[in-house]
Amino acid sequence: MEKTQNNKAWFLVLPVLIVVAFSAVIPLMTVVNYSVNDTFGQNDFFWNGLGWFEEMISSDRMHAALGRQVLFSAIILAIEVPLGIFVALNMPKKGFWASFCLVLMALPLLIPFNVVGTIWQIFCRIDIGLLGHSLAAIGIDYNYTNDALDAWITIVVMDVWHWTSLVALLCYAGLQSIPQAYYQAAKIDQASRWSVFRYIELPKMSGVLLIAVLLRFMDSFMIYTEPFVLTGGGPGNSTTFLSIDLVKMAVGQFDLGPAAAFSIMYFLVILLVSWVFYTVMTTLDAQETK
Amino acid sequence: MMKNRGSLITMTLYLLFLLIPIYWLINMSLKTNTEITSTFSIYPQTFTFANYVTILTDPSWYMGYVNSMIYVVMNTVISITVALPAAYAFSRYSFMGDKHLFFWLLTNRMSPPAVFALPFFQLYSSIGLFDTHIAVALAHCLFNVPLAVWILEGFMRGVPKEIDETAYIDGYSFPRFFIRIFMPLVASGIGVAAFFCFMFSWVELLLSRTLTAVNAKSIAATMTRTVSASGMDWGVLAAAGVLTIIPGALVIYFVRNYIAKGFALGRV
Repeated sequence: MEKTQNNKAWFLVLPVLIVVAFSAVIPLMTVVNYSVNDTFGQNDFFWNGLGWFEEMISSDRMHAALGRQVLFSAIILAIEVPLGIFVALNMPKKGFWASFCLVLMALPLLIPFNVVGTIWQIFCRIDIGLLGHSLAAIGIDYNYTNDALDAWITIVVMDVWHWTSLVALLCYAGLQSIPQAYYQAAKIDQASRWSVFRYIELPKMSGVLLIAVLLRFMDSFMIYTEPFVLTGGGPGNSTTFLSIDLVKMAVGQFDLGPAAAFSIMYFLVILLVSWVFYTVMTTLDAQETK
Repeated sequence: MMKNRGSLITMTLYLLFLLIPIYWLINMSLKTNTEITSTFSIYPQTFTFANYVTILTDPSWYMGYVNSMIYVVMNTVISITVALPAAYAFSRYSFMGDKHLFFWLLTNRMSPPAVFALPFFQLYSSIGLFDTHIAVALAHCLFNVPLAVWILEGFMRGVPKEIDETAYIDGYSFPRFFIRIFMPLVASGIGVAAFFCFMFSWVELLLSRTLTAVNAKSIAATMTRTVSASGMDWGVLAAAGVLTIIPGALVIYFVRNYIAKGFALGRV
């Protein structure tokens, strides 16, 4: 749409600016303050320059948390994206069953994050859970509270359970917008199922798929509640992801300086990915209007 | 009807995968604690609503729901009210810094609440709002206002600009045009935006747990502290989980075609 140049539109945006600035800029500046100051208590702060940043960048603790975080995001993307596409391709196109699938698939997306943790806790415990109990019954040694690998598998499966539907729903929306004529043309050319997918469906889905990947990356990168409820970051530190580590450091141990430096670097990564996301969005919009 | 047997099997398996853990939660919520810990059965043998009764009669439980409801509704109202004019401005006008502002909003939607937990705690403590509903409502504006702006903008750009121009020619003032003509046109967008604000505020744990102690303690925070003297109270915990799912499940049918659009911030 052609937009009119009008700087008075600022007045319409002003309320948003005030509300968001209050809850974003003020806290963020607090974080910036802490990250360059040190204290011996009594609210007595002195300049510490980039000391905390240097300390955090070379700290093993942050490296380990970052490593776990990247590994986790990579694993869930590698599972959720292909699975989501596969499910979307198999969804009924219209009618009662389409609505039926949509409603059931959306259900996990709308369950509060802490309840997702609770559901999987109840589902996987060896004493009371269906999965844990069944695995124990057939002789598989599984205990997510003691074994790091089991904890990882549980968290990954939980995330797949929680979010694959989002990828599937987005792809489904992309598929729905493909005109029937494309399929008819492919049929006349006797295209195989694979070439229909490769040359018609995948290119038409690429936009929404990119959005899905970025959204899943962002959300998995700041995952907090589900692992917090399920494993509390344990056993040991094996499922302590960035957010969990940060909260431990800031609220648990009250290490303000390191936590703030950590926050700033965390935020910069998010900023970078947001920028990619924004660029993708605006490019897609531009293509649409063409 | 499904188009072939392969699709039918795939979808059945996938939906079963989604539903079995939820079924297990409901199953647990209908059992007594002795049954949960002593016997293993795939359906409740002594069917009981005692867990639900516990929640609905114990103030420390049901006040969690009341508190959550209060701040969620406050947040949704604030978010939609401020987002409506802003989304209109973004969809209709170009002005100095509009793109930067739009991007800045997005970064707030994407920023990890963990970064903001401690500063929020200090900010709201220092202005005497700690442990109040409005504190949580304002804190959740951090990600819900940008979300609402983006979703509403996505819907508003679909409304042709000629409608605005015709209304102005017919002598409508801006506020009257906006409320009488424009808002009904984007009613579904407002509904979807409100739904997503509601959802994201309802599911958020970290900020609501950090900003409240007693008076405004949310249900999510209540649920993380259920260890009693006799060990975990699994039945009650499961019942609380079921009750927390209900608000989302109730409206799911009405928003089913917009869920992808809402999560993708109004694009798609």
